[in-house]
Amino acid sequence: MSINLQALSAQLLVGLINGSFYALLSLGLAVIFGMLNIINFAHGAVYMMGAFCAYFLLNVFGIGYWPALILAPVLVGIFGMLTERTMLKWLAGLDHLYGLLLTFGLALIIQGVFQNYFGSSGLPYAIPSELQGGINLGFMFLPIYRGWVIVCSLVVCIATWYLIERTRLGAYLRAATENPTLVRAFGINVPRMITLTYGLGVGLAALAGVLSAPINQVRPLMGADLIIVVFAVVVIGGMGSIMGSIITGFALGIIEGLTKYFYPEASNTVVFVLMVLVLLVKPTGLTGRAV
Amino acid sequence: MADGTTIAPGVAGSARPAGDVMLAVENLQAWYGESHVLHGISFNVAAGEVVTLLGRNGAGKTSTLKSIMGIIGKRTGSIRFDGHDISRASSDKIARLGIAFCPEERGIFASLDVRENLMLPPEVRSGGLSLDQIFTLFPNLKERLRSQGTKLSGGEQQMLAIARILRTGARFLMLDEPTEGLAPVIIQQIGHTIARLKSEGFTILLVEQNFRFAATLADRFYVVEHGKIIDGFASSELQANMDKLHTYLGV
Ligand SMILES: Nc1ncnc2c1ncn2[C@@H]1O[C@H](COP(=O)(O)OP(=O)(O)OP(=O)(O)O)[C@@H](O)[C@H]1O
Ligand SMILES: [Mg+2]
Repeated sequence: MSINLQALSAQLLVGLINGSFYALLSLGLAVIFGMLNIINFAHGAVYMMGAFCAYFLLNVFGIGYWPALILAPVLVGIFGMLTERTMLKWLAGLDHLYGLLLTFGLALIIQGVFQNYFGSSGLPYAIPSELQGGINLGFMFLPIYRGWVIVCSLVVCIATWYLIERTRLGAYLRAATENPTLVRAFGINVPRMITLTYGLGVGLAALAGVLSAPINQVRPLMGADLIIVVFAVVVIGGMGSIMGSIITGFALGIIEGLTKYFYPEASNTVVFVLMVLVLLVKPTGLTGRAV
Repeated sequence: MADGTTIAPGVAGSARPAGDVMLAVENLQAWYGESHVLHGISFNVAAGEVVTLLGRNGAGKTSTLKSIMGIIGKRTGSIRFDGHDISRASSDKIARLGIAFCPEERGIFASLDVRENLMLPPEVRSGGLSLDQIFTLFPNLKERLRSQGTKLSGGEQQMLAIARILRTGARFLMLDEPTEGLAPVIIQQIGHTIARLKSEGFTILLVEQNFRFAATLADRFYVVEHGKIIDGFASSELQANMDKLHTYLGV
């Protein structure tokens, strides 16, 4: 079979873009799961809120893409911390199922409210002028914005990994994931750490939302569609490891892209087929601990 | 148990502490969920003392330390530390008042290396031991700084668990069975360390099953049984109380 390099690299690029979103979202899910023991079903909804937040900042306040890249994750992160303080914290120590149901309900409410006001169609968000256009790489044409999304999420993922695995704050986080009672008995305010961790995970999802706004349009259900794949990614990668969720996210994006080229009929299901295979062989996921 | 009554602190004449009372526990009751495990614990510890809680398995020694630290399901009664009522305080506040806890299971973190484990507890007071001082006490740790915490031997993990709380500047230490399951030479090293800490003015509440070990260190003993303090005496009275003690501990 002859390979059309142009088409293949175009699909690989799409795969890498999707992989960027998978990585940012599954990373946040892993961080939240580690500290809060909650499988955050509201993750798709907060991703969507990130995109809407950027949209409002631009259209209501005239605040553009670059400030929104920081502001939207912070604002949505604060929203996340408020839900943690008012609702999620009461679930500490209960079975996973309660957190799952609560966050799933939250997701439905948030998405319902946005659908009520904005319907289901997409709102446009323009690519910032600095990132318009593209570069001809010879074998393919690379739209600059897409390249930026990949680089930006890689940098953010690695910075998050560094924060958690290599800093003192990260040591608190890892220790509190293992034994929150003892960490608290050393004088560390663990409840506040839990709130901040939830804010961090939610903020990462919102950042992915802002990054995706110029590519995928801003829609109330944009997260609901994506999050199903992200949960499959998480099941494959396992929740246990930060680096594991980053690598699995990018890898599955690439695998999806390759499938789109070599066997397009399977491109929407390949992740789920992999999920089933992994579950059969290693139920805790490739890098993970039991959920 | 003698007659089931709670013996108040100092009932056995010279079990009264010598200096200023640093920790005073009175009628402490505690629960794990529905299960009522402490039924009126009363005792106290004076500044600079080493006080040991003795008692059989399941008597309530660990639960007493956990109650003081604020990490048990529910507790009632009065716990005063250094002039503060801590019976309702959260454990992070209690730690910040200057109580440091070394748990029975040691609590070394697998996802942290030795250095991170050592640096984990934040400083609550100035005047904690420097890393150099800690490496003088426990030279083994210096060699293993980059190892995963749980890759250390049992003895090294125990040293790490003690070392990390000495960094914090807390002057009141609660050590839960620091010699459990360790080889005699390590027990000896830990004994020297505790004696040294005592001579430097630390106040120590020690839980021990190994009362021969405790006998060399403690100023006073309390005996815990079925969630109560049933007896108490000074180390000078140890010989006179040997028979009773054998009965209490079933040794
Ligand atoms: N997490 C827990 N949940 C329920 N009951 C517990 C728990 N931990 C201890 N207990 C019970 O509380 C009682 C007191 O236990 P505790 O651990 O305080 O004893 P101990 O004196 O420290 O014993 P050991 O010498 O074996 O360490 C025991 O009956 C024990 O079974
Ligand atoms: Mg015990």
